[in-house]
Amino acid sequence: MAKVRGAIVVDNELCKGCGLCVVACPTNTIGLAKEVNSKGYNYAYMENPEACIGCVNCALVCPDSVITVYKVKVS
Amino acid sequence: MAELDIKDIIREENLVYKKSTLLTDNVMHYCPGCTHGVVHKLVAEVIEEMGIQEQTVGVSPVGCSVFAYNYIDIDWSEAAHGRAPAVATAIKRLMPDKYVFTYQGDGDLASIGAAEILHACNRGEDIVVIFINNAIYGMTGGQMAPTTLVGMPTATCPYGRDISLNGYPLKMTELVAQLPGTCFVTRQSAQSAAAVRKCKKAIRKAFENQNKKKGTSFIEVVATCNSGWKMNPVKANEWMEKHMFPFYPLGDLKDCEKSPAEEYNKYMEE
Repeated sequence: MAKVRGAIVVDNELCKGCGLCVVACPTNTIGLAKEVNSKGYNYAYMENPEACIGCVNCALVCPDSVITVYKVKVS
Repeated sequence: MAELDIKDIIREENLVYKKSTLLTDNVMHYCPGCTHGVVHKLVAEVIEEMGIQEQTVGVSPVGCSVFAYNYIDIDWSEAAHGRAPAVATAIKRLMPDKYVFTYQGDGDLASIGAAEILHACNRGEDIVVIFINNAIYGMTGGQMAPTTLVGMPTATCPYGRDISLNGYPLKMTELVAQLPGTCFVTRQSAQSAAAVRKCKKAIRKAFENQNKKKGTSFIEVVATCNSGWKMNPVKANEWMEKHMFPFYPLGDLKDCEKSPAEEYNKYMEE
């Protein structure tokens, strides 16, 4: 069975750390960083990069459209 | 299986989702987790997918989304409080080939603009109305709105909305669905990926209705105002699912195949 691997890129400076992507992620890939961006928000990042399947859920619910999603099939 | 490095995944050819090119680089002024951002994104994506960027005119309201023109790169007009449907009517009548939509909150559409929206829908103007219902006046500090639920605390009803004093919440979408001028009336939400996909489909359908001369398309999006509700964004979504959805049930209320005039003639013949 082909395995799917994904990755997200979060625009750290524009992320407001609302946490909606953390809840939307079915594989618990995303977490909020302990560091903050220049506005003081704990931005989202890939906590478990191995788990990402590139399902786009996080990008769909992101109110600020800061998430870009990549997906690749691994045979 | 060879391990794949993240850098090998993040490549142009593997891209599956990126921000719509219609959304500008301006930082949205909305609070973290605000539904406005999601709906802005959906509107931008629909306009981009339909390739109607040059033909679309938006009318932004008064409320949090007053600065919508800063975020979506199309033509915009600003309307006085609640008067967006009236302005949209004028734009659509003067330029019938344009796609015209209004983007209004519940304080704007259900309260001060109740007359404008009812009459625009009753006239069957070929416009799209996007109605964001978060049951509160978000911009001015969380006061009670016409759509505030019974018992829901706000800044001006701190002990909860009292029916004997403040009356009942107003279901605008049900009201509008009664009018013969509307062709597509639906209530959507945007709290999960599935809901966002459905909401986008509804917005797409509403925009496609415009060149069919079918009448007004009305989309209510049940939304959150986490700052006004004094919750975090995740809790606000849960609260919305638990308390808002029973009173504001999701789904299509009306979806006509024919134009309002044809429907009316058929009704009169019967």
